Amino acid sequence: MHTALVEGGQATVDTAAQFEPFFPGLIILLPLIGFLINGALALKHARVSAAAVRLGGELDLGEGDHRPETHTLPSYVGPGVMLAAFLIASVNFIRMLSVELHEPHVIEYWTWIATGTFTVDAAIQLDQLSILMTMIVTGVGFLIHVFSVGYMSDDGGYPRYFSYLNLFIFFMLVLVMGASYPLMFVGWEGVGLCSYLLIGFWFSDREKSDAGKKAFIVNRIGDFGFLIAMFLLFGMFGTLDFVPLFSEADNLEYGGSLVTAVTLFLFLGAAGKSAQIPLYVWLPDAMAGPTPVSALIHAATMVTAGVYLVVRSSVLYALSPIASATVAGVGVFTALFAATIALKQNDIKKVLAYSTVSQLGYMFLGVGVGAYATGIFHLITHAFFKALLFLGAGAVIHSMHRSLHRTNDHQDPQDMRNMGGLKAFMPITWGTMWVATFAIAGIWPFAGFFSKDEIIWQTAAFGGAARAPYPALYQVYWVIALGTAILTAFYMTRMMVMTFHGSNRTGVEEAKHLYEAPPVMWLPLMALAVLSVVGGWINVPEALRETFIGLGPLTSEWLHHWLEPVTEQAHHIQEFNLGEVAEQAPFGGGEVTWAVISTVLALATVLTSFHLVSRKNVRAAAEDPELSGFSKVLYHKWYVDEVYDRLIVQPLIRTSRFCWRVIDARVIDGIVNGVGWAARGVGFIVSMFQTGTVNTYALVLTIGALIILGVSVF
Amino acid sequence: MINEALVLSSLLFVLGTFGVLVRRNAIIMFLCIELQLNAVNLAFIAFSRLMGIDGQVFVFFVMTVAAAEAAVGLAIFISVFRHYETVNVDNFKLLRW
Repeated sequence: MHTALVEGGQATVDTAAQFEPFFPGLIILLPLIGFLINGALALKHARVSAAAVRLGGELDLGEGDHRPETHTLPSYVGPGVMLAAFLIASVNFIRMLSVELHEPHVIEYWTWIATGTFTVDAAIQLDQLSILMTMIVTGVGFLIHVFSVGYMSDDGGYPRYFSYLNLFIFFMLVLVMGASYPLMFVGWEGVGLCSYLLIGFWFSDREKSDAGKKAFIVNRIGDFGFLIAMFLLFGMFGTLDFVPLFSEADNLEYGGSLVTAVTLFLFLGAAGKSAQIPLYVWLPDAMAGPTPVSALIHAATMVTAGVYLVVRSSVLYALSPIASATVAGVGVFTALFAATIALKQNDIKKVLAYSTVSQLGYMFLGVGVGAYATGIFHLITHAFFKALLFLGAGAVIHSMHRSLHRTNDHQDPQDMRNMGGLKAFMPITWGTMWVATFAIAGIWPFAGFFSKDEIIWQTAAFGGAARAPYPALYQVYWVIALGTAILTAFYMTRMMVMTFHGSNRTGVEEAKHLYEAPPVMWLPLMALAVLSVVGGWINVPEALRETFIGLGPLTSEWLHHWLEPVTEQAHHIQEFNLGEVAEQAPFGGGEVTWAVISTVLALATVLTSFHLVSRKNVRAAAEDPELSGFSKVLYHKWYVDEVYDRLIVQPLIRTSRFCWRVIDARVIDGIVNGVGWAARGVGFIVSMFQTGTVNTYALVLTIGALIILGVSVF
Repeated sequence: MINEALVLSSLLFVLGTFGVLVRRNAIIMFLCIELQLNAVNLAFIAFSRLMGIDGQVFVFFVMTVAAAEAAVGLAIFISVFRHYETVNVDNFKLLRW
């Protein structure tokens, strides 16, 4: 199959079937135009509402046709540019499908930096990986923009919200389409900025703006790693453009210390952006932003940038077994760690946040064991089902918030203990979210089954390779990954049961105000639900294909073959140095056996936990007693924030205070003031010699002259 | 011959210096400075016997400058005297700390 594809590819290249891009620059440009329009509207709205406040009132946003244009235009501009960008990306994708593109298609626009031997062009790179990421970003992004039209409709910052969202997409596209590390870094920093702006969207709330700052500062630590890696790469290769850099990387020594340093520093950047241990702490706090933002930035797109970075640099990672083992290890431990925290969270968004951290851990496990296409596969399916889960949670929160608001109830609308029995009020949200839950739990034939199971399988296969670097370590990873899959099924079922099943705990009066979300919100849910089902069928493993769980011969490892031009160099390095991967899991059994085992386990976990949690008597937040023992530790997230506070934040504050009060105020200011005082003192003493008496001057002059004379004579 | 002239010149110079240092009357101090200048002139003249005309030429310069200095100095004393009705330098101590 493989060789046939490559030969076929060369044949088509010879017959001059070239890839012709279709306005690729426009994909990036459209969201920027959307940002400018919405930004202008936001400024206009700010001026109008400030004027209204000055006159002693508050701006009435009106309903229906009475809404001002600053609140109607973004509804069309925001999603509109996204749809256009998605369509253009699709055209490019279809064109790329019809040809065999072996080298990335780089389009240079202008020279961005030119100093000495170092040049960076403002260039975009179109290849199988970047076009796929572009499709995800614009496609899922479009659905979330549509959802936002409903979710944010009552918010005063409506145009500002859409301008930030469009700007985010612009930077995200720069990140995935940039043809060099510096350009990628521009997008990397830009999405960080937009993340900060959107987490702190309701900036008048101190806690929320603090969460934005936390995200930004924690990300800076990762960005430091990214920068160092870029400096090292420039020192090694003299260029930071992907194409020449990776072609030269072939000459590097396998397992060399320099390439290990580069990849570890790059991974520090990836860990910051993709919320991995030890830099994951910002992501749960990032839930302070509007829920569609959590879906778009903190689940589907931005946080997966780290995975994209590792896959993009797959050649370098394949050269460093230590870095790869680190990536896989950090990934799998993050997956387990975050999953345990998610078990005991009561805030619906917090469960999903830790679930995201956990799933990102799976992706890193995948790319850490050299299964780069599989990592991207899980990234794609995760984008579908996690965006769906977040948007579903958004619909729930929207409904809860409205109901509590209308009844002047001051309960927390995000606390699942206050929900319960919402199935009756929100059937569409309920149904679509169950689809996503099945997907994330890894139940056949939903999307997550194929991607997650493949990651777990690849871990086992990699550890069993002929010359695998640390075989025992990968067996441990494999066991943890399997265990985490069960935890995932459990906490997701718990969330669903607490939210939608059982008795309603909102209160009698409040329940009258609970409704299903409007079509503008449930239509994206439906679309994502369909994708969460079929999304996994694009990459059914070869081994499963002919069996009943492989959906028959209709599907194959399409994604794997599609990404081959991007990953084959890394795979060659790996195969050359490690040998063929194993066909058996550590305890025996092939890929199919373990696929069946894991889906049965997941299904069993969902069913048992459904019964267990349903039978539990959940009490509303206000009446719920304090937790104790291990549950309390999990509820308080293993006290990691407290430990960080004690070990890093407080010492840093104390050091800063010491630098301020002692070093700056005493030492530095003391030196400056001391010099001043000394000059004044010396001046005071010396001025005593100036008596004003002419004779004294004459005497001093004479003595001086005599001394000079004496010196010159003797 | 030269020795005697130089001894006289140094005596006159020391006398002038001593006068400048101890006297308080500005006119007297001024005259003492003139004495110093003329002591130097004497030395110049004495040396010019041995070393050529340069010394005598220099004396003319000194006399010219001394004349100019006398004009300026006396003008200052007159205006000081008009203000304080004395030329005792102990009174003029404004230019100090």
